[in-house]
Amino acid sequence: MRTLNTEEIENCIYRLALQAGRNLTPSCLTALREARDTESGSTAGFALNTVLQNAEIAVQEKMPVCQDTGMSVVLLEIGQEVFLTGKLLHDAVNDAVRRAYRDGYFRKSVCDPLTRVNTADNTPAVIHTDIVAGDQVKITFLPKGFGSENMSQLHMLTPAKGIEGVIDSIVQTVQDAGSRPCPPVYVGVGIGGTFDSSAFLAKKALTRPVGSRNEREDVRYIEAESLRRINALGIGAQGFKGDTTAIGVSCEVAPTHIAGLPVAVNIQCHCVRCESEVL
Amino acid sequence: MQYTLPLTEEDLSALKAGDGVLLSGTILTARDCAHKRIFALLDEGKALPFDLQNAYIYYAGPCPAPKGKACGSCGPTTAARMNSFAPRLLKLGLGGMIGKGEMSEEVRAAVAETGRIYFAAIGGAGALYGNCIQKSECIAFPDLLSEAVYKLEVKDFPVVVAIDSQGNSIY
Repeated sequence: MRTLNTEEIENCIYRLALQAGRNLTPSCLTALREARDTESGSTAGFALNTVLQNAEIAVQEKMPVCQDTGMSVVLLEIGQEVFLTGKLLHDAVNDAVRRAYRDGYFRKSVCDPLTRVNTADNTPAVIHTDIVAGDQVKITFLPKGFGSENMSQLHMLTPAKGIEGVIDSIVQTVQDAGSRPCPPVYVGVGIGGTFDSSAFLAKKALTRPVGSRNEREDVRYIEAESLRRINALGIGAQGFKGDTTAIGVSCEVAPTHIAGLPVAVNIQCHCVRCESEVL
Repeated sequence: MQYTLPLTEEDLSALKAGDGVLLSGTILTARDCAHKRIFALLDEGKALPFDLQNAYIYYAGPCPAPKGKACGSCGPTTAARMNSFAPRLLKLGLGGMIGKGEMSEEVRAAVAETGRIYFAAIGGAGALYGNCIQKSECIAFPDLLSEAVYKLEVKDFPVVVAIDSQGNSIY
């Protein structure tokens, strides 16, 4: 048994939140540079260049990369041998978000869904906890912007649709989104599970590095074929028509019911921001 | 190409969909909640807290300004969410809009009918746009925080003409 004060978790999330708001992930930067270097459309090329310049300014001047500093999605994988002490875990997470969004001059983007009154401190965070083996805690912080979140879709397919139906759903979601989610997008897909767990899998897929591949060969085929078909759409950066509409497609799978084939497609804009640390 | 707001009739006829432009001058931020407030005032026949005539609305909600800066990161938000608002404002004298992404056929038609313009800023370039802002002042609905109306003085603010005054669209 290992004792861990939730204050340590809070301080870690505070660091991760500040870092995530100001930095694109290394794999995202690599993919965007590659897209810029190979882009044949002049306006799309201008957009990609601007986005890369912006990423440099954000790091140099410690400014948020994007003004949409997102809803704070926090994934906690807690080892079963960890005994947490101190304040309640959810309070520690929300206190970290509150402090980071204040100190980083990040936008507070969370409000009541009906009255639209802003909570003024970006809380509450969306917290996913998983109990895993071991005595460590893995923390992942993903600030999720809503221009892209709004374009996400959940498709409850019939099993007869099969792999081709899954690919069609992924491509259709990106096509429907068009220029609105800030393409080139990063597409997270959850295949299987239930209505809710497929959506979570899709979010989890977005925590993988851009360009990483699933270990299953049939899933890798879905990733590669979806990406090829998405980029053949020609929507391009910012919808300005171009060669790169997506920088990556990451799929995660889980067993599902014999009657169903859920496909959740979570769209992430080109500002892929995600930071992790193990305590 | 550099242009100063408000645009003249000559500017409007010269600018074509797809042109890259650096804008300088005054723009007003307004997004979802501010538009709802503006429409409520219009529906009640009340005066708006700012002049709509030849004003340029930037669909954006800025980050707070850190010390030494006029404004924090401030890129555009998805313009399509304001599809239902833009035509009426254009017909009331709005000079144009700045946002990101395509707008509806109704908006394109209203831009053509009024001979105005819709500029696309580059989404996700918040830090770069924040640095183009020289002055920022909240002029309406301060309780909406980042969704309030801010009057921004911008210099060399990079945009692309997305719908020109003849109604040609880049999308």
